[in-house]
Amino acid sequence: MAAVFARALATSPHAAGPAPRATQDPAWVRWTLTAVALLFLLFFLVLPLAAVFTEALRRGLGAYFAAFRDPAALASIKLTLIAAGIAVPANLVFGVAAAWLIAKFKFRGKSVLTTLIDLPFAVSPVISGLIYVLVFGLQGWWGEWLLAHNLTVIFAVPGIVLATMFVTFPFVARELIPLMQAQGADEEYAAITLGANGWQTFWRVTLPNIKWGLLYGVILCNARAMGEFGAVSVVSGHIRGETNTMPLHVEILYNEYNFVAAFAVASLLALLAIVTLVLKALVEWRHAQSRTL
Amino acid sequence: MSINVTNIHKTFGAFTALDGVDLTVPRGKLVALLGPSGSGKTTLLRIIAGLDHADAGSGRIEFHGEDVTRVRAGRRKVGFVFQHYALFRHMTVLENIAFGLRVRPRRERPAAGEILDRVHRLLKLVQLEGLDARYPNQLSGGQRQRVALARALAVEPKVLLLDEPFGALDAKVRKELRRWLRRFHDEIQLTTLFVTHDQEEALEIADEVVIMNQAKIEQVGTPQEVYDRPATPFVYQFLGNVNVLRGQVLEQVGAPRDRPGTLVADGLIYVRPHDIELAAYVPGAGGAAAVVRYLHLAGPQARLSVELVQTHENVEVEVSRTELAGLGLAVGDVVRLRLRQGHA
Repeated sequence: MAAVFARALATSPHAAGPAPRATQDPAWVRWTLTAVALLFLLFFLVLPLAAVFTEALRRGLGAYFAAFRDPAALASIKLTLIAAGIAVPANLVFGVAAAWLIAKFKFRGKSVLTTLIDLPFAVSPVISGLIYVLVFGLQGWWGEWLLAHNLTVIFAVPGIVLATMFVTFPFVARELIPLMQAQGADEEYAAITLGANGWQTFWRVTLPNIKWGLLYGVILCNARAMGEFGAVSVVSGHIRGETNTMPLHVEILYNEYNFVAAFAVASLLALLAIVTLVLKALVEWRHAQSRTL
Repeated sequence: MSINVTNIHKTFGAFTALDGVDLTVPRGKLVALLGPSGSGKTTLLRIIAGLDHADAGSGRIEFHGEDVTRVRAGRRKVGFVFQHYALFRHMTVLENIAFGLRVRPRRERPAAGEILDRVHRLLKLVQLEGLDARYPNQLSGGQRQRVALARALAVEPKVLLLDEPFGALDAKVRKELRRWLRRFHDEIQLTTLFVTHDQEEALEIADEVVIMNQAKIEQVGTPQEVYDRPATPFVYQFLGNVNVLRGQVLEQVGAPRDRPGTLVADGLIYVRPHDIELAAYVPGAGGAAAVVRYLHLAGPQARLSVELVQTHENVEVEVSRTELAGLGLAVGDVVRLRLRQGHA
């Protein structure tokens, strides 16, 4: 390694003299652009993240951990895990099925389906929540039927799960469609001519080829499922200890000027984000490894 | 096993890919399906394999007299080799070749040891011994193609179908591999149909060439038959270089007397560059007068571009370099053109 650098230095124009390279801008341009980028990162990413942890730990570790002993906080963590625990597997199955359909088959209405999958990305999360209130709410289309059967969706756990599923709908499918389209259907056809049935073809050929992309999509889907605020806020009703997810709980604590507790729960979400990013980087790295293998 | 295909129609929307195609591949032969891109040859191959279907109500496919038209692709016992190999990228060479055996239902599946034996026999057959633990992306194009072939043969197919088997390889490997395929076919004697757009490839290794154009079969014959006696102007132009002369030159150049290699159709004469004879220009001696425009001397044959004095048409002529030296021609000289007579 050192030898390589030594050789690079020896042959670089700087060693011979200050002749500027044809592909390089002047030094002041390079330094200014780098500085602007770093400052931007500092103010918009690093400082807010640091602020979350400083505020959370302002009164010491005791106060920090006390925030998690509050039953309402525990309930919000539990609800977030339930919502993500249902929404992520559901969207995993749906995403794989939709991507498989779109990437490997030709049919009428395919572009409509592709657009529909993107719909949750396109509409405001608040609208997504309102849709469910309109459909399942007391005054909504199925309100009376639900009431007659003693079912509650809005201002209850089912509504939160539905809203979470809706906003995280596209993640897995979006991740897989370009990957599967690039891979084409030849391997599947080969498996079929070799006598494999549809199920064998899927488990032995399709799934192994998309596993890293799938994992990547699931990680992003999970991060969003746990962090979703807008859509969930509309359908939740903010019943403390019952229908509050972590992001909603943070908002309530903050509005009550309980800053330490608010930032403590927020720090948990921030940690989740950091873990997600590390996992994502790890998956990308493994994926690159498996390609060059 | 022979392949018998009758009356296949296939349309994609308004586009006709196959228009009533009949085809027979005799038992144990290596047959090339040759045509330009878009002529329907790959579609036909996929329909024979069962990966695609003929239009409703049309077509019948038989393997050695047995109707397989309604049999699923996986049950047709077809070995299919894809243009881009379609190897399972996450499996080793061994796992790729064993795949077709391992997905069989338990009672039809050979024992694990027997599968390994068979894989190793196949690796030996395609000359890839010792590469069983490699992954497809650790192999060269030619090696991948042979793995694909071994994988297709592992299930003991009744017929072998190859889609542009050398299409993704560079020129040198192509030539080596196609000769290898010919020898390989002589060894295994499996009824084989391969699709190609490369006429040189088809003419070199096939027992029989089927030439397709615009959803129809134009001609079927041995390589020599289709080259020497092209049935249609399309076949003529597709197989090698050709000059198209207008009929009015016919009296001057001399009518072809049942000479292989020359076709007169719709008032046009189709003639190959090496079927034209050059002579020094003597007024009144017959033949069409032409002016030499270019001389290309690289290669075993000299190639000339000459312009007919009467019609200003350009004609390509190939003569041996000795013949050219005898004539002592230079650019701007006037020559006489005649069709060579008798068998070449």
